[in-house]
Amino acid sequence: MDRIARFGAWCLAQVVSMGAGARLFWILLLASPAALARPRLVIDQLHVIGNRSLVIITVSGLFVGFVLGLQGYTTLQRYGSSEALGLLVALSLVRELGPVVSALLFAGRAGTSLTAEIGLMKAGEQLAAMEMMAVDPIRRVLAPRFVAAVVAMPLLAAIFSAIGILGGWAVGVLLIGVDSGAFWSQMQTGVDWRSDVLNGVIKSAVFGLVCAYTALQVGYSAQPTPEGVSRATTVTVVASSLAVLGFDFILTALMFAST
Amino acid sequence: MTASRRAIDLMVGGFVLLGLAALVFLALKAANLGSFASGPTYDVQARFDNIGGLKPRAPVKSAGVVVGRVAAISFDDQAYQARVVLNLDARYQFPQDTSAKILTSGLLGEQYIGLEPGGDTRMLAGGGVIRMTQSAVVLENLISQFLFSKAAEPAAAPAGSASGSKP
Repeated sequence: MDRIARFGAWCLAQVVSMGAGARLFWILLLASPAALARPRLVIDQLHVIGNRSLVIITVSGLFVGFVLGLQGYTTLQRYGSSEALGLLVALSLVRELGPVVSALLFAGRAGTSLTAEIGLMKAGEQLAAMEMMAVDPIRRVLAPRFVAAVVAMPLLAAIFSAIGILGGWAVGVLLIGVDSGAFWSQMQTGVDWRSDVLNGVIKSAVFGLVCAYTALQVGYSAQPTPEGVSRATTVTVVASSLAVLGFDFILTALMFAST
Repeated sequence: MTASRRAIDLMVGGFVLLGLAALVFLALKAANLGSFASGPTYDVQARFDNIGGLKPRAPVKSAGVVVGRVAAISFDDQAYQARVVLNLDARYQFPQDTSAKILTSGLLGEQYIGLEPGGDTRMLAGGGVIRMTQSAVVLENLISQFLFSKAAEPAAAPAGSASGSKP
């Protein structure tokens, strides 16, 4: 009997937290246009979220491109079609690796800092103090971060893909000696700007939305204690990585299933 | 914080510009935007018995140069043929007795349509139809033809009487 009651309480708590999460998402979406009207806050957050993620994004993009060039070449060479290396590198980066890997890095690099910041603001009762001064913390603190993350993510993913393609070119053409003209022309005939590049951008915008919302929601609902904040940062990484992978499957199935 | 305001603005501006430059690089250098962008085009139809693995947006080439793209592929249930709409660049004109072939680039490459111009003085206009077409080579048909001709060889050589069942 006691167990059934506990299960019921657990179910209720889940429903309540789901409702609170959905409500926060809705409020964030509604507050986003208002946040754009105060670009100062968004620019500051773009600096924190975007500029400071640039190093990890470019370096990992470059090395992913290097590895794609090497691995792709050894496999393609077996079928005597090593000229298709450019196509392989560009398609895998633009369609999948660019959006997904940069979103995973983004969740680790920027998502955790967002969660920790919001969680500590809550623990230090800064958010409560704002409410006392009739300043809505969701509009003043959360919404600019949300907008900045949604804007920064597609740009970071595009930088990742572009640097990765240059890395693949460096290994394939400069190091191994694949013909440079074939590398680019195969890429250009095989990559479509709408169905590949644009869909990659849409993907990464959705991932930015997912990562930012997860980080902010987890930070906002964290226990206001040191342990609570540390647990919340862990939850952010795990939850947003899993959400990115899940959304990637759904989006890929929707975008590329027909072709 | 107020002292570095300008520096922050500058860095954020640089970041956004870098991201947009990366997008432009992807669209222009990695993808085909710009190579065959938005010049005026005209549509021509062609009917094929079998299009093999031809896909929409496959290139249309003449003498190896890309002169257009496949716009749409549909099935004509009156003639039981494939109806292929070709979107040709308006800069290039072709005679009305031009023939279209479905070819493959390389052994395992993508399929494309090759146009061979005829000698007619009248040119194909928008909505025109290419009458002479040659279907894609289907690998299974090729192999079965080869196998049948192999199997027919030793039987036909000593007796000399063709059974007439050669496919």
